[in-house]
Amino acid sequence: MQPKELLYSKTHEWVRVQDNRATIGITDHAQSELGDIVFVELPNVGTKIQAGMPFGTVESIKTVSDLVAPISGEVIEVNSDLNETPELVNEDPYQRGWMLVIEMSNRSELDQLKNADEYEDFIRQR
Amino acid sequence: MKTPLYEEHRRLGAQMTNFAGWEMPLIYSTIVGEVLTVRRAAGLFDLSHMGQLIVEGKGAFNLLQRATTNDVSLLGVGDAQYTLMCGEEGGILDDLILYRLDLNRYMLVTNAANRKLDFDWLGQHSYGHVKITDRSSDFGMVAIQGPGSEDVLKGMSNFDLHGLPRFGIRLGYISSIECWVARTGYTGEDGFELYCSANDIANLWSNLLDHGEQTGLIPAGLGARDVLRLEAGYPLYSHELSRSVTPVEARLMWTVKWSKPDFIGKEAIWRRYSMGPQEVLVGLEAMDRCIPRHGYDIYCNGHIVGSVTSGTFSPTLKKAIGMGYVKFGCSEIGRIVEVKIRERYCPCAVVDMPFYRRQKQVCQQTCR
Repeated sequence: MQPKELLYSKTHEWVRVQDNRATIGITDHAQSELGDIVFVELPNVGTKIQAGMPFGTVESIKTVSDLVAPISGEVIEVNSDLNETPELVNEDPYQRGWMLVIEMSNRSELDQLKNADEYEDFIRQR
Repeated sequence: MKTPLYEEHRRLGAQMTNFAGWEMPLIYSTIVGEVLTVRRAAGLFDLSHMGQLIVEGKGAFNLLQRATTNDVSLLGVGDAQYTLMCGEEGGILDDLILYRLDLNRYMLVTNAANRKLDFDWLGQHSYGHVKITDRSSDFGMVAIQGPGSEDVLKGMSNFDLHGLPRFGIRLGYISSIECWVARTGYTGEDGFELYCSANDIANLWSNLLDHGEQTGLIPAGLGARDVLRLEAGYPLYSHELSRSVTPVEARLMWTVKWSKPDFIGKEAIWRRYSMGPQEVLVGLEAMDRCIPRHGYDIYCNGHIVGSVTSGTFSPTLKKAIGMGYVKFGCSEIGRIVEVKIRERYCPCAVVDMPFYRRQKQVCQQTCR
């Protein structure tokens, strides 16, 4: 079950909006498809990320996969705990496994994202 | 194709994958969890997709001596050896375990994808009194691997398992099911491979899991098996081994015995050996946060010098490891090469293999 208060992208990232800031991570579905995550490569604070473009990579034992920005903005915080304990993304994808906080540059992009029910339908159809 | 344990895997909730045409369990819980459990306790693997060829008769020895690179004359009844079959040009057709079951009866255990080719190849080269039978669909095969393996089997077997040496095999009963019990494996741990009738294998499987619960035995999938064999430095056919490499490049010359009479590929392998290989298989250890994976190019001084054949993150060693072929000049231990991972160049050190070596029992008791 997906947390109701979050928004979701087709590429399986979630967004938690607070004022003009957004926290970004990957969904429970995404972490479960990837399996044991061993490296998370994230941009530095100050980097501008752009909706639909890769902003980092996540590497599991099975595979390596791009992280795709669900919305645009400037990175203001990075979860450095993932350097040493990337498995947090597996264990707690919506809380301790968060990846970035960004200052959004275009709030209207949020309209493109799915709510929890829409995302649930989306992964069921796949 | 499905192994006789297919329903067991579904019941256990395994994530399945296609391997050489077989629907096999990839993961039951997590790869990391399964790997670490095999290193610490024990894991149970379904290997019923692998091929079993029985070679028997007065001519069996001569045929095998000619068709494989290792020296079959070193095998007593109840012994096994790791060996290769090579083509006339020296290319590796398969890597196998050869068991001597009886005076004139041997069992070759083949890779799933090569079973038919091996059978045909042996048929083409056989002469005299020899019978080759493909028993793959009659046999079920499981491996129990890890330091707790002997403990699990001890209470279930009708003979003294402790007396079975590494690379030994004997016929016995495990929970009243007749099995060939071999002390062999592909994980770098102590362990056993069990061959029994396909009709009995589901019972054997569940008896083992029930009995092994106290020891911490869990089912483990092909995902864990691949990581374990890589950590142990074992090559995998179709990754490290193929028809386009000889034992010289694959660093498997220890399985090639010059001292025996002619065998298929001997001359070609000798030529390659005496000239020296162009490229060789090396171990790689990532020096950065990246994983060298199958197919990635390897660079040395700005030039492509080879490619990665296998790679993973090692949960046991907590670092990324891999294997690959590189030009001989860039293959010395300690050399830093670069693996191109998408747009990035990841520095990797050429290292000695195996990456992981288990502590011997003696040391575990006295060195702690």
